[in-house]
Amino acid sequence: MSPHVHANDSVERNMYGVIIALIPALLWSFYAFGLGSVVVTLSSVCACVFFEWAIGKFLLKQENSTITDGSAILTGILLAFNLPSNLPVWIIVIGALVAIGIGKMTFGGLGCNPFNPALVGRVFLLISFPVQMTSWPVQGQWGAYLDAETAATPLSLMKAAVKGDASALDQLPSAWETFMGADFGCVGEVSALALLLGLAYMLWKKIITWHIPVSIFATIFVFAGVMHLVDPTMYASPVYHLFTGGVMLGAIFMATDYVTSPMTHKGMIIYGVAIGFLTVVIRLFGAYPEGMSFAILLMNAFTPLINTYCKPKRFGEVVKK
Amino acid sequence: MKTFKIGGIHPAENKLSAASAIEVLGLPKQAVYPLSQHIGAPAVPCVAKGDVVKVGTKIADAGGFVSASIFSGVSGKVAKIDSVIDASGYRKPAIFIDVDGDEWEESIDRSENLVKECSLTPEEIVEKIKNAGVVGMGGACFPTHVKLCPPPGSKAECVIINAVECEPYLTADHRLMLEKPEEILVGVTLLMKAAKVEKGYIGIENNKPDAIKVMQEKAVAYPGIEIVPLKVKYPQGSEKQLIDAIIARQVPAPPAIPISVGAVVQNVGTAFAVYEAVIKNKPLFERIVTVTGKSVEKPSNFLTRMGTPMSQLIDAAGGLPEDTGKVIGGGPMMGKALVNTEVPICKGSSGVLIMNDKEARRGEERPCIRCAKCVSVCCMGLEPFLISTLASLNDWERAEKEDIVTCIECGSCQFTCPSNRPLLDMIRMGKSTVMGIIRARNAK
Amino acid sequence: MDLILVAVISLGAIGLIAAVILYVASKKFAVYEDPRIAQVAEVLPQANCGGCGYPGCSGFAEACVKAGSLEGKLCPAGGQAAMSKIAAILGLEAEASEPKVAVVRCNGSCENRPRIVKYDGARSCKVAHATSAGETACSFGCLGCGDCVSACKFDAIHMNPETGFPEVDEEKCTACGACVKACPRVIIEIRPKGKNNRRVYVSCVNKDKGAVAMKACKVSCIGCGKCVKECSFEAITVTNNLAYIDPNKCRLCRKCEAVCPKNAIVSVNFPPRKPKVETPAAVETPAAEAPKAE
Repeated sequence: MSPHVHANDSVERNMYGVIIALIPALLWSFYAFGLGSVVVTLSSVCACVFFEWAIGKFLLKQENSTITDGSAILTGILLAFNLPSNLPVWIIVIGALVAIGIGKMTFGGLGCNPFNPALVGRVFLLISFPVQMTSWPVQGQWGAYLDAETAATPLSLMKAAVKGDASALDQLPSAWETFMGADFGCVGEVSALALLLGLAYMLWKKIITWHIPVSIFATIFVFAGVMHLVDPTMYASPVYHLFTGGVMLGAIFMATDYVTSPMTHKGMIIYGVAIGFLTVVIRLFGAYPEGMSFAILLMNAFTPLINTYCKPKRFGEVVKK
Repeated sequence: MKTFKIGGIHPAENKLSAASAIEVLGLPKQAVYPLSQHIGAPAVPCVAKGDVVKVGTKIADAGGFVSASIFSGVSGKVAKIDSVIDASGYRKPAIFIDVDGDEWEESIDRSENLVKECSLTPEEIVEKIKNAGVVGMGGACFPTHVKLCPPPGSKAECVIINAVECEPYLTADHRLMLEKPEEILVGVTLLMKAAKVEKGYIGIENNKPDAIKVMQEKAVAYPGIEIVPLKVKYPQGSEKQLIDAIIARQVPAPPAIPISVGAVVQNVGTAFAVYEAVIKNKPLFERIVTVTGKSVEKPSNFLTRMGTPMSQLIDAAGGLPEDTGKVIGGGPMMGKALVNTEVPICKGSSGVLIMNDKEARRGEERPCIRCAKCVSVCCMGLEPFLISTLASLNDWERAEKEDIVTCIECGSCQFTCPSNRPLLDMIRMGKSTVMGIIRARNAK
Repeated sequence: MDLILVAVISLGAIGLIAAVILYVASKKFAVYEDPRIAQVAEVLPQANCGGCGYPGCSGFAEACVKAGSLEGKLCPAGGQAAMSKIAAILGLEAEASEPKVAVVRCNGSCENRPRIVKYDGARSCKVAHATSAGETACSFGCLGCGDCVSACKFDAIHMNPETGFPEVDEEKCTACGACVKACPRVIIEIRPKGKNNRRVYVSCVNKDKGAVAMKACKVSCIGCGKCVKECSFEAITVTNNLAYIDPNKCRLCRKCEAVCPKNAIVSVNFPPRKPKVETPAAVETPAAEAPKAE
């Protein structure tokens, strides 16, 4: 039965490829948040892998465990990257259970989940433990974990500015600092540079295509830029919107999740533009300072619809005028 | 560098036999001629048991307009007309000839000298091609004369010669171009004359720089013929993709055919066969076959009489290696695994590929992770993950809506799938079922 | 307090209006349906297997009631019991019908039918059938990918991991015919269960000529016709090199089984025979031709 040759591509190669792409951001987070980041990442990965194994074995009675394909490890890392580095382990374990249990295995495991599991876990925690989930440790406290000192993130400053605090924007770090990762926030989202390195790696290895991240970046930049021009004291510059919070992490690693993103290039662009738009809307007009995870989850729900209506251009198809 | 626009992949080329010159293979003891070697109606035997035939004697008549005659490649006696196991294991009717000596029909010009001139009219050329049983030599085996008779209302504008040989491993066309460039060019000129066009393109992938160079040098003397180097990309050898690559026109969905955009596509091997048929009066009874594989001792290109069992070619190339996993008739992307190495060489057999145990095994099937790689490589702009699922669910109605019938079965989706899903297996089955449904509906 | 009152009254009013609309609609647009249809549907197994030839159990119930006679109608899953209940409800005669069962007419296990190639395409009989003759030299026999197993709605057909063949669970099989439709090679046949569940049938569907069939499988029917001569009831016919036993004519004498040189005729559920003189029809199976594989 032809074809008799194969590209030697595999689920593992893709999953571990994404994990490799996450290494720069992981290293940066270890450097920035020290012990806290190590504890959060490790416990999240272990918990995710454990739940994947346990649910697969005892509830779904799968013969072959799927933990070796790397998808649970990936979910674990992504979940950790979306948490503050001073989060207690028990909350992380709950997050992992929700991510793997409800976000993924309920729907039948790998390939069947409508929503990004890591984001399901994160949003669950954000709503259930709002206080713990929104206190961000200051960088450079190497040995600190639960007792780390916390401070307001650039995003909350930006939110304060929208709410009328005219001086809030002046307290922002420089754009260069946010790009390099000197600001603070969740474990993995601070360094835009490290995440962009990951993007470059994934594009080089052809794990993902450029459509989703680029369309998200472009939309956020344009939309936030327009708002900035309207009122520079209320709305921060679009550069900040790109480099702070979860935009980089979300656009590069969360929105591009194979299972929950559209299948066609046209669909991917629609999906990316909508995510970018929703993110800025939530950031500027919503109750939460960050909108990336909500925007991605919302668009995940629209993915089947996008797939139905965005067909690839058929060969030889006559463009209807 | 030109290429086609949608999708495509680049599998490892593995052109192991590219440096081996064409060798003439010895005669078999018994030659077997299946009656269905081409697309269209099977041929009808015109010899009976015990008849004596020569090399080049017609042994079966075309069974309709879309059909082709079959000629003996050996001289000897017709042993029987019986069924033979074909490549897939099913039994098909065939003519068996016991070989005795090597006596050729007198009408065939066996000299090597090149004849460029031809005073025949286009109609006479087509008639000669038809009477020589020439079919597309690329593998699909569509009768050549049918392509040269455009249906009323359509007009050919150019002849495109397919010399891309985009299948990995195969080198038969490559060697032919290096060793018989002038004959090919004369053949192309004849095809252009037969199709009444002024322009001919020969598309060659740029992994064959030597062939491009030779052809470009010789083509100067042949007006209207242009050599087009193409970027290496599979499946460029597919008719529709090749037309897109060379003249940037896309053939619409069926029932449209290449002639709808003014193109007549022929394989380079066909052009050579046309030369021999028209100038040398030699019907189609031999072809070049590549025997190759990583474990094969001596990857080679053989000039083989049709009807020769594949096992004889394999022996000539050093025998079946110990670690053989499977034997494939054709290339690795579209060829068929053989159930039996006694299968005879037919008009469309471009190669015999021997894969070792390790290469032959398919990976373990995993759940679809919806990575959309199959969608981006599909050269027809289809969604393989979707249509293969629809086929496995027997949802023919939706499969038809999703254009399953336009699939060209190139296998790029299955090649690229990280979850090792049998996408093409399902699509192929679904496609034939849906085509059956459509035929039944049209018949009403 | 006012607020609560307003809420209660307005909600109540909405509820009342909706109730009136629903009532009017149910009266005005009521469609009369024979109450017996529901009664008949109740006694059906509700498996919606389609074995009766109607679209699901409710379709069958409707057809039974409307037709006014039960001629030619049978719910294979519910069997005679269900049909007599339906007859009682409708006051009609139930047609006497034999209980039937699905029979797998192939015995080409690994032992009997040497595998000469390996198939590693999609695990689907349909796909395997379309692409190749299968893993053996027999292009008619079971492919063993289990399309019939997944087609069965009654969990009555399973792959035997030892033989690689589907086996029908007679207790569970309702003879709905879903497996027959699923099998691309029409190997499964619905046959009457027979007296005491005893059946004699040709367990082969190979139409190749004798010599070819002989080579391919130890227990293939070669169309030799010995059974035809042996049968005193004219129950056996040979067409296209393949014998077939007509279940309606067969008297279960088992003479044919004894004469079959290839042991292709199988009888089931008979008490063990007295030990007969062993003449095993072990046909020399030629060694597999050169190693080649799919």
